[in-house]
Amino acid sequence: MTRESHPTYLLDRTRLHDSHTLDVHRKNDGYRALETILKEGHSPEQVIDLIKNSGLRGRGGAGFPTGLKWSFMPDANKDRRARYLVVNADESEPGTCKDRVLMEEDPHGLIEGILIGCYAMRIRAAYIYVRGEYRFAYDRVAAAIEEARRANLLGKNILGSTFSCEIWMHKGAGAYICGEETGLMESLEGKRGHPRPKPPFPAGFGLWGQPTTVNNVETLFNVPFILDRGAEWYQSMGTENSPGNILIAISGHVERPGVFEVPLGISAREVLEDCAGGVWKGRRLKAWIPGGSSTGFLPASEIGLAMDHESLKNARSMLGTGAMIILDETACTVRSMEILSRFYEHESCGQCSQCREGTQWLTQILHRIENGQGRMEDLDLLSSLASGMAPGKTICALADAAAIPTHSLVRHFRDELEEHVRRGCCPVPSSPGPAAAPPRSPSVEVKA
Amino acid sequence: MHEVTHETRNNLPPTLVAEFTELCTHYPERRAALIPALHRCQEELGGWLSPETLEAVAGFFELEPVEVFGVASFYPMFHLRPRGKHLVSVCHNISCDLRGAQDILDEACKASGCTPGGTSDDGRFTLVRVECQGACTSAPMLALDGVYHEGITPEDVHRILGGVQ
Repeated sequence: MTRESHPTYLLDRTRLHDSHTLDVHRKNDGYRALETILKEGHSPEQVIDLIKNSGLRGRGGAGFPTGLKWSFMPDANKDRRARYLVVNADESEPGTCKDRVLMEEDPHGLIEGILIGCYAMRIRAAYIYVRGEYRFAYDRVAAAIEEARRANLLGKNILGSTFSCEIWMHKGAGAYICGEETGLMESLEGKRGHPRPKPPFPAGFGLWGQPTTVNNVETLFNVPFILDRGAEWYQSMGTENSPGNILIAISGHVERPGVFEVPLGISAREVLEDCAGGVWKGRRLKAWIPGGSSTGFLPASEIGLAMDHESLKNARSMLGTGAMIILDETACTVRSMEILSRFYEHESCGQCSQCREGTQWLTQILHRIENGQGRMEDLDLLSSLASGMAPGKTICALADAAAIPTHSLVRHFRDELEEHVRRGCCPVPSSPGPAAAPPRSPSVEVKA
Repeated sequence: MHEVTHETRNNLPPTLVAEFTELCTHYPERRAALIPALHRCQEELGGWLSPETLEAVAGFFELEPVEVFGVASFYPMFHLRPRGKHLVSVCHNISCDLRGAQDILDEACKASGCTPGGTSDDGRFTLVRVECQGACTSAPMLALDGVYHEGITPEDVHRILGGVQ
C-alpha cells in the first residue's frame, strides 16, 4: 500500500485553490452532513450511535473512543446546566503540526465537525482554544466562522432548524500544559494552566464546573465524513481497533518532511519511505519517535511496526499524535533526549514535585552525560528517576511524557549512553554537543 | 467587592475597553477574557506588559493586580520586561534541532546583535529561543514578530532580519 493507492478524505479539499473559503468548501460536499441531519431530523442519540459504531478514536494523543466520550455527557433533560464543547487546538507536542494544516487549509471542515458534535451533545456554545503562536491558523478559522455566521450555518436557528449554536475563538499564550484538557479549561477560565485532579471528569465538571467535552481538531474533522459516508465506509480503512485514516507529520532527517494522510495500521517504514522519501542524504536510520516527543525513541530495527494504537503500545510506546521524528546515523540520541527533557522541565506547571523536580534532575543528568561528565551510575539513576515520576504519580501526564522517552533511551540506546561516559565526551562526531540552554540550577543537587 | 473600583484604576485606552467589554460577552464569566485581553494589551501597548498595564487590566476585570500578574507570568508569550522593537523567536526543539536550529540561532544572534534572551544595544531586536512552534515538517524556523519563516537556511536569516527597521 503506498500513498497513492489508499483512499483519502482528510486532506482532499486542502489541495484545492482557496480551500479555506466557504464557496470552495460547499462546492466540495462541505456542510452536507450537517444539512442532512438538520433536514431529515436525525436525533442527537442517532448521531452519537453512529460515531460509536464507526470506532472513531481521538486524534489528540490518547486515542479514546469519541462516541463513548460524547455519551458521557449527562442527559440534557435531567441536567439543565449549560454545557460546552472545547476544541483542543493547542497543538504543541514537539513534532506535531497536523491540526495546523486542517485549520489553515480547511477551517470549515472543523466548524462542521464542531456543529455536529454540539448537535449530538445538545451543546449551544463551543470554544476553540488555539495555541497563541498559530496566528495564521487563528485568523483563518476566525474568518471562516464569520463566513459561516453570515450563511446561517452558525448562530440562531441554523439553516432554519431549531438548532442554535455559537463558536468562539480563544487564544492561548504559549504553555504546552494547556494542551492537557483540564489545564486547558483552567486557562480558558483566565487562570494559570494548572491541570485539575481527575475525577471529577470534564463531562460532569468541566468549564466553569459545567458539563464539558474536549475534542481534538482532527477528531472533529473526521466527524462530518463519517456522518456523510457511514460507519461501514469508515471501518473499511485502518484496522479493526483503529479504523480510519490519520494525519502523520513526519519530521527530522527525511528527504521530504510533511503531513501525510495514511490509513491507521500502515507500517512506519512505508510512511518513512513512500511518503517522506526515506532517510535523507542516503544515510542509515538510527532511531525514530512514532507519535510525538512523549512517545519515546525506538531503534531502527522496529521501523516495521504498524502505526496503530495496539502495535505501538505493545512496543512500549504510543501512537500519540502520530508525529514521527526521524534520527539518522549522525544524530546523538542523548542530545535529543536532553532537548526533550529541557522542554518538559520548561513546561512543567510546577504543581507536583515529582514532575517539577524530576524534569530538572533528568535534564541535569542528561546534560552532564552529553557534556562528558557522566558516570556509569547515571544510567540506572535515569531509570529510577523516571520510575519515580510516572505512571500515576502526578496530577496529569506531563511527568509520564518526560519519563517514557527517558526509559526508552536507557532501554534501546544504553550503548550510546555508556560510550558517552566511557569516552568522557559525546562520541557522535557531527553532534553539536550539549543542548544550547544549560539547565537552570535545580533546587537540589543530584548525586549519583 | 474590594474597595479600589475599576473607575479609579482603569486607565486603559477607550478602544481597548470597548474591545474587552465585547470580548467578555463571549463567556459566561468575564475573567475568561483575561488572557485574550493581555494579548491585545501587549500588542497595543509597547510589546510588553508593564506593571501599570497589568494594574489597569486588573481594574477592568475587578481582580487583584497580583492575580493578573500570576496569570501573565505563567505564559511564555507574555513579556513582563521591556523588549526590543522586533521579536525574533528561534525554535530549538527536536525537529528543528535535527535540521540545524543551532546554526539558525547562531546567525540570528549575529544578524540581530543579541545574545539568546537578550535585546540588541540599539533596541531593535529581542531574540528568544523558544520551544516547538508547530512548524516541525518545515524545520528549521524562526518567527519574526509572530510571522513564521520556515525551512530557512542561515543565509535566509540575514535577509529576514535585515529587512526590518
